[in-house]
Amino acid sequence: MLNCKQTSQLVSQSLDRRLSLRERIAVRLHLLICKYCKRFSQQLLAIRIGLQRMTKSMEEDTHLNMPSETKARIAKALEAESK
Amino acid sequence: MLAMKTPNVHDWLTEHSDYLYRFALARLRDPHLAEDVVQETFIAAIKSPSFAEQSAPRTWLTGILKHKIIDVMRKNMREVVATDLMHEEDANMDEFFDETGHWAEKPLAWDIPHDALEQKQFLVILQQCMDKLPSKLAALFLMRDIHETDNEEICKELSITSTNAWVMLYRARMGIRKCLEIHWLQA
Repeated sequence: MLNCKQTSQLVSQSLDRRLSLRERIAVRLHLLICKYCKRFSQQLLAIRIGLQRMTKSMEEDTHLNMPSETKARIAKALEAESK
Repeated sequence: MLAMKTPNVHDWLTEHSDYLYRFALARLRDPHLAEDVVQETFIAAIKSPSFAEQSAPRTWLTGILKHKIIDVMRKNMREVVATDLMHEEDANMDEFFDETGHWAEKPLAWDIPHDALEQKQFLVILQQCMDKLPSKLAALFLMRDIHETDNEEICKELSITSTNAWVMLYRARMGIRKCLEIHWLQA
């Protein structure tokens, strides 16, 4: 049987790799009986979703534009490159 | 016969630079770095042999940009050496769990908010918690959870093993979760 520390490590790893069947079963069993690890698991997922939302909202935020001086600087650099 | 219209890179600059800038900023969190990688992207674009053929410039430019972003992230992680990783491995032993592997401080009940305004506040706190991480952990975490680089590529780019990556990501996530719990519940 897994303890909480082992479970938390596997839960984190499950975000980065596919757990083996054995690992998945062991984690699932622990989560069934341990509400603290279940919370932990839900919260890690919430963080990941939160980050995806944050990234998306930054990508779509039309107030976050590149300063026009920078665009001018890039335009100049591009002209220099094409010579 | 229709002549192939050569794309005008200045039109591209006008049309796509803001989007590319935001894309980079969302991942690098630094306006100067974001500007630099966007500039490098456009320069790489005009130098590229396939420049003339691009019918979907935004997608293509974003592809170039992603590589430039990873280059920056890799540079930020360059100082990750064996001793750092050893330190990380030890550090995860004592802080969060007792000797029997139970939570030293049990996770409290909270969830991401559903209300739009609360979500905004949550994300502000999340950002602050990320800023508190040691910079190497933050860099790796950014690469994985925000830039969504897959684990294999991270390990290849940073010359670390999968195990190293998992340990550091675990540390980052434990830290962020704990910080969020403290500050979100206070809000």
